[in-house]
Amino acid sequence: MSKLYSGAEIVFKCLEDQDVKFIFGYPGGAVLPIYDELKNHSTIKHILVRHEQGAGHAAEGYARSSGKPGVVLVTSGPGATNVVTALTDAYMDSVPLVCISGQVPTHLIGTDAFQECDTTGITRPCTKHNWLVKDIKDLPKILHEAFKVATTGRPGPVLVDIPKDIQFAKTNYFKQKKEKKIKEKIHSRFSEKEIDNLIELISKAKKPVVYSGGGVINSGPKASEALREFVRLIGFPITSTLQGLGAFPGDDNQFIGMLGMHGTYEANNAMHDCDLLINIGARFDDRITGKIDEFSPKSKKVHIDIDPSSINKIIKVDLAIVGDVNEVLETTIKKINKKKNGFKNSNKQNTSKWWEQIQKWRLKNSLGFINSDQTIKPQHAVQRLYELTKNQDTFITTEVGQHQMWAAQHYKFNKPNRWMTSGGLGTMGYGLPAAVGVQIAHPDKLVIDIAGEASVLMTMQEMSTAVQYNLPIKIFVLNNQYMGMVRQWQELLHEKNYSESYSEALPDFVKLAEAYGCKGIKANNPNELDSKIKEMIDHNGPVIFDCQVDPNENCFPMIPSGKPHNQMILGPNDKEENKITGKGKALV
Amino acid sequence: MANPKSAYSIPTKIGKFDTHIFVVWVDNEAGVLARVVGLFSGRGYNIESLAVAEVDATKNISRITIVTTGTPQVIDQIKLQLKKLVPVHKVADFKREDKNVIFKEMALLKVVGNKKKIEKTLKACKSFNPVILDKTKQSVVIQITALRREIDKMSKKLKPLGLTSTSRTGAIAMTRGAEVFK
Repeated sequence: MSKLYSGAEIVFKCLEDQDVKFIFGYPGGAVLPIYDELKNHSTIKHILVRHEQGAGHAAEGYARSSGKPGVVLVTSGPGATNVVTALTDAYMDSVPLVCISGQVPTHLIGTDAFQECDTTGITRPCTKHNWLVKDIKDLPKILHEAFKVATTGRPGPVLVDIPKDIQFAKTNYFKQKKEKKIKEKIHSRFSEKEIDNLIELISKAKKPVVYSGGGVINSGPKASEALREFVRLIGFPITSTLQGLGAFPGDDNQFIGMLGMHGTYEANNAMHDCDLLINIGARFDDRITGKIDEFSPKSKKVHIDIDPSSINKIIKVDLAIVGDVNEVLETTIKKINKKKNGFKNSNKQNTSKWWEQIQKWRLKNSLGFINSDQTIKPQHAVQRLYELTKNQDTFITTEVGQHQMWAAQHYKFNKPNRWMTSGGLGTMGYGLPAAVGVQIAHPDKLVIDIAGEASVLMTMQEMSTAVQYNLPIKIFVLNNQYMGMVRQWQELLHEKNYSESYSEALPDFVKLAEAYGCKGIKANNPNELDSKIKEMIDHNGPVIFDCQVDPNENCFPMIPSGKPHNQMILGPNDKEENKITGKGKALV
Repeated sequence: MANPKSAYSIPTKIGKFDTHIFVVWVDNEAGVLARVVGLFSGRGYNIESLAVAEVDATKNISRITIVTTGTPQVIDQIKLQLKKLVPVHKVADFKREDKNVIFKEMALLKVVGNKKKIEKTLKACKSFNPVILDKTKQSVVIQITALRREIDKMSKKLKPLGLTSTSRTGAIAMTRGAEVFK
C-alpha cells in the first residue's frame, strides 16, 4: 500500500510536479492546513502580498513576463472575492493563472458559515473553468487538469476551491500520467489549403497591413521570432494592439505604431484604406475597431487565432485560420520559401505605392506634442525614461489611463514579454502588484511601473510586499493630480465639467515612500528630470518617483467614439485643420 | 441619434433573428447547467426553452436542449462559446425549420368542467397523442406531445373549456434516419 498524503500535501506535490517556483498569496482560516505544509517544500517560495487583488495581479505580472502560469493562494470568503478583479483581468487578457482558494469544510457549505461564499459561483464567469473539490480522491486529478486548462489553447485563469476538511483528508498520490483524454479540445486545426489561400492573398495585395496582438506573445517567444521573419519576408507594414507590443520591434521601420483609439495616424489610416488585413492573434476589440460599419471597408480580412469563438465575433472575415500563431506562421513561412523564390521582390513592387502613402501619413507625426521647458510634459517624461533605459533589458508595467497610453505610444518595445498592462478589463491598480510579480520572475532586471497617481493608490499597499522581499521595482508616477483619462473625456464630451476627477488630497509620495521603507524621488521641472530618472535607476531598491506633470495635457491622437479609423483627432500641433467644430464635438 | 457622449460605439443595425435548437452533450457534474445557462445570461443570449437530463449513466453524460433566437452571428457565437466550456463534449445546432430534425415538447393539461366540456377537450387534443393520466367526474389531466406552437394553440383553445393548469417541458430534438450526430 502506497503512502497516504493529506490534501494540503497533495497541493504541494502537484505544484512541484508542475514545476511551480512561486506562489502569491495571503493566509486565512480556510487555507491554514496548506500554509502549515509550506515549510516542507523548499523549492516553492511563497510571496506574501498585502491584499488578495495584489496577489492576483502579481501572479499575472509573473505569468506574462515569464510565460509560465502564475499561482495564487487565498482563503475563503473575502480572500476569494478580493481576487475576483484579478481573475477577471486575467480572463480578459488571456493570462494563465491557477488560483487555489480555501473553502469552509464541506459539511458547512451552504450554511452561511463564517467566511463562506459561493466561490465557484462567483468566479464562474471570470475563469476558464473552476472546480469545487468535494472528494479528496479527485484533488490530484483536478489540480493537474487546472494547470492544463489554464495553459493550453487560449490561456486564462482557473480556480480550484478546496474545503478545509479536504485539505486534512488523506489519499494516494499518483504523478500525472500522460493520459489520453476522451475529449481533447483541439487547438490547431488549420489546413494546408487555408495557408495556400493566405499566401495567395499576400501575393495579390497592393495595400496590405499586418495587425498583430497579444496572441503572438501568448504563443511564446518563438512566435515573435516567426512574426518577425514572416513580416520581413512579405515586406508588409505591421501595426500592433496594446497587448501585442514587443512582438515586433517598436523601432523597426516596418512597424507603423500601435493602432486603435490612441493609435498612430499611419496605423489607423492604413487599417482603414488597406486591401488586405492580416490579423494575427488579436480580437477586433472595440478600442481597436472604432465604428464597426466603417471598419476597414475595402479589405479582405484574414484572422489567425487559437480561439474559434474570436472569429467572426465582431468583424466578419474572409479567411479564418484557427491555430497556434507560431504553428501557423512557421507553416506559412516554410510554404512561401518553398513556393516562391523572389517573392519578396515582386511584393515590394506591389506595395511600393502603399509604402509611399504610409510615409506621407507618418509625416503627420501624430504622436507629437508641444514640449515645454517650464513644466514636465508626460509624453516627454516617458520619452526620457525610454531613452535612459533602452540600453538595458527593461520590463514595463502600467496602471490604466492616460499614462498607460503615453507609455504605449512613446516607449518602444523590442522584445516580447517586456510589457505588462491591463488592456481588456482596464484595471486601475494593476501595475504596481504586476511589477512585483515581474521582479520575482526576473530578479536582476529593471522593472518599472509607469503609473498614474490615482491608479497607483488603489494598490499602493503592495509597496510593503516589494520592501519585504527587497524587490527593486520603480514606480514612475506621472502625477497630474487628476484621473487624467476621465478628465480628458469630461473636457471633450461633458463641457469641461470635471466631476469628481480631481484628487484634492493626494499624499506626499516621497514621504509615503519613506513610510514604506523605500526611496522617494520627486521631479518638478524638465531640467532635473534626467538626473532624477538616473538616480531612480541607479538606486538598488524600490523607488516611488513622483513626476509632477502638466495636469491639463490630453492624450492624442484619438479616434472619437462612433468614428471610423480615418477620422482621428490629432494633437495641438494639428489644430488648424482638425478643430473640433460644434457639430464634430457632439459626435465625439 | 443615440446619445453620442459615450466611450463606446453606437450599436449597429441588428440583423434578422432565427430560432435555433442547440443540443449540448455535457459531463453530468455539479454546476454544469449553471455554466451553460450562465453563458447565455452573461453574454445576453436568449433562452426560450430548456430541457436537460442524464442520457448515459455509465459515461455520465447529460443532454441539454436549448431553444434560442439570435442573428446568424450570435447563433455562431453561442455554438463556439458552448464548445469552449470544459465539460461540454459536443454541440449540435439545428434550425427550427430543419426537416431532418424532429422537435417535440410535452405538456400536461388539467381541464375542470362538466362531461361535455371534457369530451370536447379530448376531441380537440386528438391529433397530439393525448394520454389521459387522470380522470374524475369534473376534471381530466391529459398529456400531449406536440410542437411548441401547437401546444400554444391548444392552451388557447382549451381556455374556454375549463383549462386551469398547464405544465410544459422544453423542446427536445433528434435527427431523423440512421445517422447520429458526431
